Amino acid sequence: MTTAWIAVLVIGAATIAIKAAGPVLAGDRELPIRAGRVVELVGPALLAALVASQAFASDEQLVLDERGAGLVAAAVALLLRAPILVVILAAALTAAFLRAVS
Amino acid sequence: MRAVFLHTANTVLGSSMSDRDRHRHQPGPASGARTDRRAAARASYRAGARAMLPLAPAVTLFAASFGVLARSAGFDPAATVAMSATTFAGSAQFAAVSVLAAGGTAIAAVVAAVLLNARYAPMGLAAARAFTGGRLRRLLESQLLVDESWAFAQENGRFDRRRLVGAGLVLYVGWVGGTAVGVVAGGSLGDPATLGLDAAFPALFLALMVPLIRTRNALAAALGGAGLALILTPISPAGVPVIAATLATLAGLAPRRPLRGREAA
Repeated sequence: MTTAWIAVLVIGAATIAIKAAGPVLAGDRELPIRAGRVVELVGPALLAALVASQAFASDEQLVLDERGAGLVAAAVALLLRAPILVVILAAALTAAFLRAVS
Repeated sequence: MRAVFLHTANTVLGSSMSDRDRHRHQPGPASGARTDRRAAARASYRAGARAMLPLAPAVTLFAASFGVLARSAGFDPAATVAMSATTFAGSAQFAAVSVLAAGGTAIAAVVAAVLLNARYAPMGLAAARAFTGGRLRRLLESQLLVDESWAFAQENGRFDRRRLVGAGLVLYVGWVGGTAVGVVAGGSLGDPATLGLDAAFPALFLALMVPLIRTRNALAAALGGAGLALILTPISPAGVPVIAATLATLAGLAPRRPLRGREAA
């Protein structure tokens, strides 16, 4: 078997197990209240981390590039209470425009 | 392209309005309740699917560029599509293929991919209670968990399994289909970055995060999560920063207080 196929199969199996762990093992259990209050913050904490790393990380370096400018445009659109599609378009068009002119 | 975006703009706006109305709607007397519930269930699947339509072009193009990259790294066409169909997680797939393309071992590729996908463990735990039915069904439906579907499935701190499934199916079709397109079309496709599509994802996550910040604890978790991710980016392997951001959820141990001007969920 080729290296590529070994990687595909092992990574696929590992990812399936990681994604299924919570829903399969903890899906029918009631969490204690304190644990519940911690777990409900996974949303804000991980979404903020995804925003930070997808806008400012590149090859394990912090960078300020067109994606950062796009994020600023998205934040302005959010402040103006724009719908989500406009927020996404504002970010993409800002980044595309800056790349086109630079 | 423009017409498509305008069209989806209308449907997204339309659906968010009707969602709001549906939540306000009180369940009727017993006779109509079951039909109401079924209609509400269908509406949730549709809301999830529709919300992802504006992202579908970006997801498809990124998948196509994954297909091109994997082929150039020596993956055969079947292995390339099989990876998208089973792993279904963009960053891990790009990382694994890049490691192999640079001459790394299969073990190094697996470690990089598992680190990047480890965030799905806390995400799955947070959404766990929303999944219903037998273990096999939960196993299958949990495979549709990706950043975007997970982010859109939460509302007022609760998860809606149907929104996750509806959103996940659209993304899955776009991802696997786009990979196949990349395998067939090769390098003739454009770079998604030229269109600014890489900037669309942080914007989406920001837009989905803001409504979740209703308490001081949630604000602390978000600031802590972003801060940890930024601090750790230059000093740890890719994937570790987002996982470590889970520590910021410990803000949930503090007493719960609403933010000024917002009601606690």
